[in-house]
Amino acid sequence: MIETLTQDSNPSFLDYKGRFKGLMGWIFSTDHKRIGLLYLYSMLVFFSIAAILGLMMKLELMAPGKTIMGAQTYNSFFTLHGITMIFLIVVPGLPAVFGNFFLPIMIGAKDVAFPKLNLLSWWIYIVGAFIALSAQFFGDGPPDTGWTFYAPYSFRTGTNMLPAVTGAFVLGFSSIVTGINFIVTMHRMRAPGMNWMKMPLFPWALYGTSWIQVLATPIVGVTLLMVVLERTLQIGFFDPALGGDPILYQHLFWIYSHPAVYIMILPAMGVISEIIPTFARKTIFGYTAIVVSTLAIAFVGYFVWGHHMFTSGMSGVALYTFSILTFLVAIPSAIKIFNWVATLHKASINLQTPFMWALCFLFVFMIGGLSGMVLGALSANVHLHDTAFVVAHFHYIVFGGTGFAFFGAVHYWYPKMFGRMYDKSWANIGLAIFFTGFNALYLPMFFLGMTGMPRRYYDYVEKFHGPNIISSLGAMFMIVGLIIIITNLVRSARHGVIAEKDPWKGKTLEWTVDSPPSLENFDEIPVVTDHPYKYD
Amino acid sequence: MTNHSLIDEHRDDEGSKTGMWIFIFTELLLFGGLFIVYSVYRYLNPMAFHLAAEELDVFLGTANTVILLVSSMTIAMAITSIQLKRKGLALILMGVTVLLAIIFMVNKYFEWTGKISHGIFPGSEILHQSSQGEILFFGLYYAMTGLHALHIIVGVGFIGYVMWLVKIDDVKHDDYVILENSALYWHLVDLIWIFLFPLFYLIT
Amino acid sequence: MDNGQHTHIVKYSTFVWILIILLVLTFSSVAITQLDLGVYTVTGALLFASIKSVIVLMYFMHLKFDKKFYAIMMAGIVLLLTSVIIVTFLDYLYR
Repeated sequence: MIETLTQDSNPSFLDYKGRFKGLMGWIFSTDHKRIGLLYLYSMLVFFSIAAILGLMMKLELMAPGKTIMGAQTYNSFFTLHGITMIFLIVVPGLPAVFGNFFLPIMIGAKDVAFPKLNLLSWWIYIVGAFIALSAQFFGDGPPDTGWTFYAPYSFRTGTNMLPAVTGAFVLGFSSIVTGINFIVTMHRMRAPGMNWMKMPLFPWALYGTSWIQVLATPIVGVTLLMVVLERTLQIGFFDPALGGDPILYQHLFWIYSHPAVYIMILPAMGVISEIIPTFARKTIFGYTAIVVSTLAIAFVGYFVWGHHMFTSGMSGVALYTFSILTFLVAIPSAIKIFNWVATLHKASINLQTPFMWALCFLFVFMIGGLSGMVLGALSANVHLHDTAFVVAHFHYIVFGGTGFAFFGAVHYWYPKMFGRMYDKSWANIGLAIFFTGFNALYLPMFFLGMTGMPRRYYDYVEKFHGPNIISSLGAMFMIVGLIIIITNLVRSARHGVIAEKDPWKGKTLEWTVDSPPSLENFDEIPVVTDHPYKYD
Repeated sequence: MTNHSLIDEHRDDEGSKTGMWIFIFTELLLFGGLFIVYSVYRYLNPMAFHLAAEELDVFLGTANTVILLVSSMTIAMAITSIQLKRKGLALILMGVTVLLAIIFMVNKYFEWTGKISHGIFPGSEILHQSSQGEILFFGLYYAMTGLHALHIIVGVGFIGYVMWLVKIDDVKHDDYVILENSALYWHLVDLIWIFLFPLFYLIT
Repeated sequence: MDNGQHTHIVKYSTFVWILIILLVLTFSSVAITQLDLGVYTVTGALLFASIKSVIVLMYFMHLKFDKKFYAIMMAGIVLLLTSVIIVTFLDYLYR
């Protein structure tokens, strides 16, 4: 295993020996730090699977007609790619890994409010993942509905829907339990002196996120249950032949899935709010505005779900209500961008890998967000719905947003988690290759969508060929970058230079504990007097 | 040198209760999803819902409502008993709660089997020949009362478990938050039925 | 931060009175639906249900005696669910 980095009298959480030994000591651990890493390692596996699926889809799209797979296979690929990326990676992602690891430390606590429930949350995650992935291997073929499971096809298709839907249902519980845990932790376990307005912005982001997890997930849970009832009992809720309305399925599905995207992005914004002040060596501009914006996004985000359904057949009143609210919800996000950029004004910048990830985040998140505004306009949406434009939009905002923030977070908190530093040259080379490939992959899709290429099709007409080649080559280039980044991180956990407690001169509580932290984080619970990010 | 047992000794009753309340919110949203479906289809099929509701037995529904209300009272009283160190009385009250729950389930069993024997169940021939509104009404009836019944079963298990904890003195007058939490869960089950009852039985 | 128990004890008799009120409301709601109020039948039934719910929340579930945070959150959840239903109906009412 990783060699001991701290003295035996107060071993790091990596070396600590409890009731169980070896692997058992990890999968039965209630230590929030180990649970965070369990999520990280699991996600690495699932992400690799989903990324390979994506790469193979891009290989198929390299040329018109069948390249390496037929339509049915392609449909099952984008379904599994979506299910894995959404439910196993980006929804749990930042809260499960970095929320678990750092929330207690950043508020001065020894663990979360319910450590055993926390472990259960990971177990539920693994069980749900296996159920969902098992859909690939039994029955009459892997699911082909897309990750959105739209009715009526989702109850008419002969493919193996039940495990996929059940898996997603189970995964919802993992999300809910984590949300409950974090809310109670922040209400009850902040260190003395840390009132709400002295809490750092990543915990604030997790707070908003946790309420969404808790209040939105049950609705998709019961909706998936209804799909199961439709498939097994012909209950009729979404079947037009029995009086049901397929559009109601879309309403219910997106009532969760839109807030879900805020589950994805709020913690990402929280990470950026941590990284920027540290490497600007300047306090964050507009702390209060960012807090209020976080809560505003969480709240208003509940009422925009219809913008996924503009072409479905909703009433005119619904159309323009959802459009207006969609433009409204962009405002607090924009406020955050202004605040981050303002923080950089007259700052003393320390140009390190995490900061470069944050800068790249700003770039791709803006492209993603602004393209969302285009889609939020009713007249444009008629033209662009279900085209490659949408695919570009959400990859920029989810992969670009949550994904870049995730990589930024890994590099930022890496020395704290593993007690070693990653290789900085390789990290930057990897980032440069990845970023180039990322944009080559997704930028052409905007033009493809605007000129009429539909999404979720394995084939296309000849005029789309050129940009598709660029896009597919971009994918390969991006994967090379990913391999470099991940290899560097994995390797440095054992061979990296030993890191100090506070290599970036950060001002939040995690930089005051050992690298890696001991089991209970703090020898004594700190008393907090200052606001976070207090640079002179 | 840190005392590792400190982590296990962390007791926070208020936090435990807060966690339970948030869980209750998730349950309300879970049933809320079905209420959304009910409200839409009721709006679209008012007459059919009205007619279909006449096939349900108001007496049985009212009886079940009374049963759950009484059981809510008994579990609430059980908390008072524990606070007053009346362990025996607490166990009796909790037992009565469980008994009432079982009677509720027996009633529900008769209701369901009655309907099924008349050929009214999701996917049945008779239902297929009915109006779309009727199909939706009974779909919702089975889905919502079925999900509710599942929660009753879980509630019985939860209260039963706490009864055992009371018996072995793990729950006592100065340490009873899990009893409170089980009671909260039970009241939630009651709350849901308070809405299900009029929406299915009283819209005739 | 209080780790111990709140010491508020509700009397048995209070619970009995609450049950009686709830039963009265239940039987009233059954009686009122025997009358034909047209479209207001649902409203009436839901009104009774809402009153009963508030009573259960306040007394059986102890919200009247707990920190205000819980009652505020509960009200918030109800508002959220109601708002979502209203927004959904913006579609169905105007198709």
